[in-house]
Amino acid sequence: MDLTINHFIGLSAILFTIGVVGIFVNRKNIIVILMAIELILLSVNINFVAFSVFSGTIQGQIFAMLVLTVAAAEAAVGLAILVVYFRNRGDIAVESADLMKG
Amino acid sequence: MELIAFYIFAAIVTVSALAVIMAKNPVHSVLWLILAFFTSAGLLVLIGAEFLAMLLVVVYVGAVAVLFLFVVMMLDVDFVELKKGTLNYWPFGALIGVAFIAQIGLAVFAREGGNTATFNPSPNAATNTEAIGQVMYTDYFLLFQLAGLILLVAMIGAIVLTLRYRTDVKRQNIAEQTARRRSDATEAVHVEPGKGI
Repeated sequence: MDLTINHFIGLSAILFTIGVVGIFVNRKNIIVILMAIELILLSVNINFVAFSVFSGTIQGQIFAMLVLTVAAAEAAVGLAILVVYFRNRGDIAVESADLMKG
Repeated sequence: MELIAFYIFAAIVTVSALAVIMAKNPVHSVLWLILAFFTSAGLLVLIGAEFLAMLLVVVYVGAVAVLFLFVVMMLDVDFVELKKGTLNYWPFGALIGVAFIAQIGLAVFAREGGNTATFNPSPNAATNTEAIGQVMYTDYFLLFQLAGLILLVAMIGAIVLTLRYRTDVKRQNIAEQTARRRSDATEAVHVEPGKGI
């Protein structure tokens, strides 16, 4: 049995699920929520590259690069918001971040 | 041989991803995240996508994970307090996870054909990097520029968010310093005997 695309789809599905479960489980800790989002984006990237490589086209790898860019930007802005929030409130409890009642 | 390597890498990725969301200390979470990224890079090397693998190491491990580590260590947070009640969320989280993986599994196994073992990471080129470079700066030039713009906006946003002017500290004002004249600082006073100023 050879390495096929199904292996990568399966791994990426497992990784995605771990990321989603991580968001639900660590509801109070926004740092771990951000890390779980990074895991989700990583699984998406693995999927893109696997489809690209196994179908013999390059477009998926270009798109994976763009996903990587957005992930880096998202992490930077998210952590900046987190630092500002901590500076104003003195803690990072997500549950108390409901002042706007949105 | 490839399959064995894949399973080893996949097992490490899965275990470290689980450790990311289960670790008690967020610093350990970040370290597990770094391991997950490194191993994923190994997986990409396995199917020949070397450029993306190196990009993953440079961008994720070199920049994003270090940023996380920096923030986690900088913020003085009571992590034990944050961990309280996590056990209550596990049944619901596990339910969501099972439903999710079942749906994806249904979708994947209902798929027919296309299950080839031949892969080609660098079409029309000798190396993977060359194949990406051939289209990156031609067909996808605008997308490439857009990615740069996104990074610029993110950089400006992060700086604007975290920049603050504190009024309770003394700062050096160089323009004011160099514009200072002797008449601003000293005053000649004629003091008459027996009287103060």
